[in-house]
Amino acid sequence: MSLAARDITIGYDRRTISEHLDLEVPQSRFTAIIGPNACGKSTLLRALSRLLKPSAGEVLLDGRDIHARPAKEVARRLGLLPQSSIAPDGITVAELVARGRFPHQKLIRQWSAEDETAVVAAMAATGVTDLSGELVDTLSGGQRQRVWVAMVLAQQTPIVLLDEPTTFLDIAHQIELLELCVRLNREQGTTMVAVLHDLNQAARYADHLVVMKAGVIVAQGDPREVMTAELVEDVFALGCRIIDDPETGTPLVIPRSKVTQRVG
Amino acid sequence: MSVDFGRKVVVLRPHRNASARVSLRPALVCVVLVLAALAVGVLTLGTGEFTLTPAEVLQALSGEGTRAARLVVVEWRMPRVLLALVIGAALGLAGAVFQALTRNPLGSPDVIGFSTGAYTGVLIVTVLFGNGYYVVAAGALAGGLATAVAVYLLAFKRGVQGFRLIIVGIAISAMLASVNQWFIIKVDLQAAFAALLWGQGSLNGLGWAQVTPVAVTVGVLCLLLIGYGPRLSLLEMGEDAAAALGVRVEPTRLAYLVIGVALTAVATAAAGPIAFVALAAPQLAQRVTRTPGIALVPSAAMGAFLLMLSDFLAQRAFAPTQLPVGVVTVSVGGIYFVWLLVRQARR
Repeated sequence: MSLAARDITIGYDRRTISEHLDLEVPQSRFTAIIGPNACGKSTLLRALSRLLKPSAGEVLLDGRDIHARPAKEVARRLGLLPQSSIAPDGITVAELVARGRFPHQKLIRQWSAEDETAVVAAMAATGVTDLSGELVDTLSGGQRQRVWVAMVLAQQTPIVLLDEPTTFLDIAHQIELLELCVRLNREQGTTMVAVLHDLNQAARYADHLVVMKAGVIVAQGDPREVMTAELVEDVFALGCRIIDDPETGTPLVIPRSKVTQRVG
Repeated sequence: MSVDFGRKVVVLRPHRNASARVSLRPALVCVVLVLAALAVGVLTLGTGEFTLTPAEVLQALSGEGTRAARLVVVEWRMPRVLLALVIGAALGLAGAVFQALTRNPLGSPDVIGFSTGAYTGVLIVTVLFGNGYYVVAAGALAGGLATAVAVYLLAFKRGVQGFRLIIVGIAISAMLASVNQWFIIKVDLQAAFAALLWGQGSLNGLGWAQVTPVAVTVGVLCLLLIGYGPRLSLLEMGEDAAAALGVRVEPTRLAYLVIGVALTAVATAAAGPIAFVALAAPQLAQRVTRTPGIALVPSAAMGAFLLMLSDFLAQRAFAPTQLPVGVVTVSVGGIYFVWLLVRQARR
């Protein structure tokens, strides 16, 4: 159950985003990919999740080229929460979550006892069991995102990738979602990889940080060692101080300000 | 332990490796639609110069009754009723496939240029080779397919997006419509008249010779659709979501496009461009069944019912004058559009 990129070159049409990229995703850990806008972090995640085929090099899932394996087989090993998905009109929560079972289903085995168990467990883990029969259209943004996560969990994959899962969520729902990811990672040993925007959330919840700038991985490792004022200055061109998060002891980035100063 | 799906669901598990989850409402709606279509079919079998009561029709079908009744019902009228059911179902399925792929209620084969292209094909072959049945069918097929390929290629840019497909289709369709007008003005009167008649879409004059090829082709295409399973619904959730669940997006979408075009082609080759069934059936079916997204089986049942009913009206409305069924579907489609607009405006 390993995921790695070997010397991959990725991009869109003729525009190359990253060249000769190598990445070993740490097993059973929570990895966060961070970096400024347009640094190629989502592109890397798309390559890891086989949505984007590298023009050179390969992405290895369990040591084998991810594009050489049957699509459904890959979907039983690796789950993905894409940036945007469309809930069909009139679909209920349980129906949407149940669609996550597709990779496990066959033409004449459409709803096995295992499918049912997986859907029940996924809805319980994300706290949407009470919403089970509700229409997805009528839910709030935070609830809807939890339902999509439940669909990915119902897929029961040992690896889960999340592309900017906290975008469009308010702060309470962001924290709730990230803590859910950590819990799944700790309780079930699921390998998690998430593209995150908020440095403090990344440093707080991830075991492993991958920092990107202009298509290159500039640093990676334990957030306590990686997240330094020099790195933030270099990667984001932002002057800052790093203090300990008073709640968790993880690095907390405090940007410097040119316009307001502490009084007294 | 059972899941609350928010609607009545029946779980079938006859064997460890065979299971299904059936929503009750769509299943019931399909049964009702099929029964209603069959009932209208029985009425249609009794309609015409030689009028029969439904009881006499049923007698003739079971091999009893007078020889004359059996001849009229089985030999003369039966093929038309069967074709109305099969072609209606094919159009409903084609509309469902296109609307699901484009995620747009306007994404139906008649809107995106297929029917107009088929018409152009028919006009060309009528001018060149006259208007025999198979010549016309081949012309419709070639014209429709050529248009579909052109629309697909022009709309292609790193895969095909629904909205671009519709816009390109409407543009090509408008261009071909003016080509068709030009043809009808230029060719001789008789050819123009035959082509105009075909262009209405009609089941008049179809017999057993057409039933077998149409039924077999539609049957094979249905098997292909069954083989692809729920992938159409997964594609509706977006390309990334479908790919993440293990759908090979671009090959699968191309396969659905080919199946959708083939279904339309069979229907058009046999009966001409029958408007609005493909457009309205999936939407009406979805509203009645309340399925999530577009569903194939209810769309097929609705299409069969709509075309059967339209053909009955086409024969009855101004009897003894028989209207082409296309005229009726256009009128019914107009009512559907007004209803759709009123509904949207009230929101």
